[in-house]
Amino acid sequence: MRLLAVMMGCAMAAGAASSDTVLIRDVDVYPVSGAAMKGVSVLIQDGKIADIAARIVAPKGARVVEAKGLRVYPGMIDSGTELGLSEISAVRESVDTGELGEFMPQLRALVAVNPESEHFPVVRVNGITSVMTFPASGGRGGGRFGGGEQQFISGQAALIHTDGWTWEEMEINRSAAMHLIFPSRGGRGGRGGGAPPDAVPEIIPGAAGAAGGANAQRTYLDQIAKISAFFDDARKYQKARTANAPGFHRDLKFEAMIPVLEGKMPVGVSASRASAIHDAIAFAEKQNIKIVILQPREIGKAGAELKAKNIPVILGRVLALPESEDDAYDQSFTLPREAYQAGVKFAFGTFNNEFVRNLPYQAATAVAFGLPYDEALRAVTLSPAEIWGVSDRLGSVEKGKVADLLVTDGDPLEIQTQVKHLYIKGKEIALTNKQTRLYEKYMNR
Amino acid sequence: MRRILLGALVALAPLSAATIVIQNGTIMTVSKGTVKGSVVVKDGKIAEVGEKVMMPQGATVIDAAGQYVIPGIIDCHSHIAADGGINEGSVSVSSMVDIRDVLNPEDIAIYRALAGGVTTANILHGSANAIGGCTLPIKMRWGKDAQGLIFEGATPGIKFALGENPKRAGNPQGRGINGQVQVARYPATRMGIDDTIREAFNEAKAYKAEWDEYQAKTARGEHPIPPRKDLKLEALKEVLEGKRYVHAHCYRADEILMLLRVADDYGFKIRTFQHVLEGYKVAKEIAAHGAGGSTFSDWWSYKVEAFDAIPYNAAIMQKYGVVVSLNSDDAELMRHLNSEAGKVMKYGGLSETEALAMVTLNPAKQLGIDNRVGSIEPGKDADLVIYDKFPLSDYAKVQKVLIDGTVYFDRDKEVSGRAAKQAEKQKLIDKEKQNQQRQQPTRRPGQ
Repeated sequence: MRLLAVMMGCAMAAGAASSDTVLIRDVDVYPVSGAAMKGVSVLIQDGKIADIAARIVAPKGARVVEAKGLRVYPGMIDSGTELGLSEISAVRESVDTGELGEFMPQLRALVAVNPESEHFPVVRVNGITSVMTFPASGGRGGGRFGGGEQQFISGQAALIHTDGWTWEEMEINRSAAMHLIFPSRGGRGGRGGGAPPDAVPEIIPGAAGAAGGANAQRTYLDQIAKISAFFDDARKYQKARTANAPGFHRDLKFEAMIPVLEGKMPVGVSASRASAIHDAIAFAEKQNIKIVILQPREIGKAGAELKAKNIPVILGRVLALPESEDDAYDQSFTLPREAYQAGVKFAFGTFNNEFVRNLPYQAATAVAFGLPYDEALRAVTLSPAEIWGVSDRLGSVEKGKVADLLVTDGDPLEIQTQVKHLYIKGKEIALTNKQTRLYEKYMNR
Repeated sequence: MRRILLGALVALAPLSAATIVIQNGTIMTVSKGTVKGSVVVKDGKIAEVGEKVMMPQGATVIDAAGQYVIPGIIDCHSHIAADGGINEGSVSVSSMVDIRDVLNPEDIAIYRALAGGVTTANILHGSANAIGGCTLPIKMRWGKDAQGLIFEGATPGIKFALGENPKRAGNPQGRGINGQVQVARYPATRMGIDDTIREAFNEAKAYKAEWDEYQAKTARGEHPIPPRKDLKLEALKEVLEGKRYVHAHCYRADEILMLLRVADDYGFKIRTFQHVLEGYKVAKEIAAHGAGGSTFSDWWSYKVEAFDAIPYNAAIMQKYGVVVSLNSDDAELMRHLNSEAGKVMKYGGLSETEALAMVTLNPAKQLGIDNRVGSIEPGKDADLVIYDKFPLSDYAKVQKVLIDGTVYFDRDKEVSGRAAKQAEKQKLIDKEKQNQQRQQPTRRPGQ
């Protein structure tokens, strides 16, 4: 029965032309920005939420969707993906995440986004209407198929819609963040999450451990110095550019750094351990730049500092193993609660294309382990919109905002909930993809 | 000091009680519907299940008001609790090796799986070769030794592997292990995998015939010279005799069909297809053979052979009559198979019971242990999980896990015991530091 309903829903959506004006009637609206409104109507016009009211007369030519018993939520935002850049993660030819070069701020993820990627229809039918797509999100710089060398700045992450004919149409912000992979004491990139706990060097017995620790520390400091030097050079360039000194040459790398230095583009800093977060904050203060911490595995001591400096974090996969053997089994499940209790602003990212569609379920796991429900829902809608500077347009169901909406039969963080209708920029999106097509084909073999 | 250590040991030992009554819970039995009531556990077995039960004298009572009780989760595909590598990839047929020999009872993944409601797991060899090593199911009896983990009396298995993984060694790329030069290992194609399995069973059949002849002669009272024992072929002979289950790693429909036909030709059965991401394309054929399908709920796109994977796979295979389970193949995914089961309700519209069966009774059937585990029925092992909320959801978390009627995981105790454990750890670290300072040798010149 449920199956039939799904299939009918699909057929209806597929049959619907992209209509500019849609009236969703008698629906419960969960705007995230405020209290729920039961049994109201939502009018979508020109890609925007034109009105939300108890009664709206359908404008001429509007398609009316009777939605009694259904709910409207804002489209969800995944704050860490490689969508559009990577199709089959094991096949180099289909992966464009990891470029060569240590400092590559001029690279833009947006221009390599493949709008025809099979991932977009797969993730959007679960209600994910926009994503941050990062260069080198999955590993350290150079990526899995890059040079395999340490990379510090991997390029500019783009905020995109999960629908559009071209990457230009998908774009929300092509330069939503600069991606900096902060060094870690383990000598590995912060993203890998594989750095040993800070305590390890001191408890490894014998001189080898201590020497190893000292070496790692030296490498770590050298790497931070290298990043600082690059920023200093960028700043010199900025001055020379302003002065328009004779002999000034345009440099694309430094040119790309200017919005960062001006505080207009945040830097997404991958940093796993509390100590690395602390150092990243110190670095940001020194350089006077805006940062967002990506994929921390620890909040701990860094919590107070993050709160005090108003630095947001993008929490990685909640459904992840603890960092080390001695860590509590639920370490990653309780991290969102910890961030919340520390008063840190946060959103969720899945940091792997395959898991983007499970973004809401990761948020649900955080709820099971103590994060208040409203905060979890906010962390996949309004909070990321705020963090990425687009809360005037996205993240909640409010009049005047972009009509990125889902109509569901229940709580979107609950696995069993079905998305019945989906709108991206006001366009009704067919709830079909490669997987539903194969399903229908082989169900009727 | 010794007293402190002893105290710690006692605290670590799982709470064992001869008789336990779990009461006021929503009991999802899987085989006999869902009831609000109690489960009585006696001598490690389920004694009674029902709305009203006889309260045995002196029973320990676990109040599960507002909570859910399900059978222990069974993961039909896991690689935890194995010490070091799980791939004997130097040969294309490694049926002479056995996971049983490398069980590591101290792998923390056992405890983590337990905390995710898993009580039994099928521990498999890797997928580096067409015919891999021998396998066996274990119970998550955290704290027992390797022998104590083994699921007593369960039919052992053997891992087969088809597709990209076993052919990879035929076309080696990159650096070899320990700097060794990588030499191409046959097979390099799916054709070669078909042949490798056929060649192995061709040999195994001849080997079995020698032994059959020997045994026939012995039975007639003759005294023939016994054939030479071949440990590689011994496991395959057991497959031919139906004494060892074949668990075949596979992805694409063509390779699934290939193995079915090899099995038909050599007269053996495939017990389960593992991963079987394109099982939905040949579900009729899998069902006709009587093989089970153990798949992921929604993993896809990580390699070419996973690009046609669909989250409806489990539902379609089930529709065609295949016994389907959901597995993890992963120490992390293993910790939330309950919500993975919830996904087959979303994708494919299965009922609660059908979904839950995919991580309990169905894998038990696939492993041939459904007489012991997989549902909440009198006489079965008291392997039970208590969740605070409806378990087929990420909102639910495990409160308690019982194996053989013994509480092996208790979230309240786990959380409340953390401070003491941290203090104990700190004490050990301090002691180690002191020892190091004491033992620091004085440096002599020239050293």
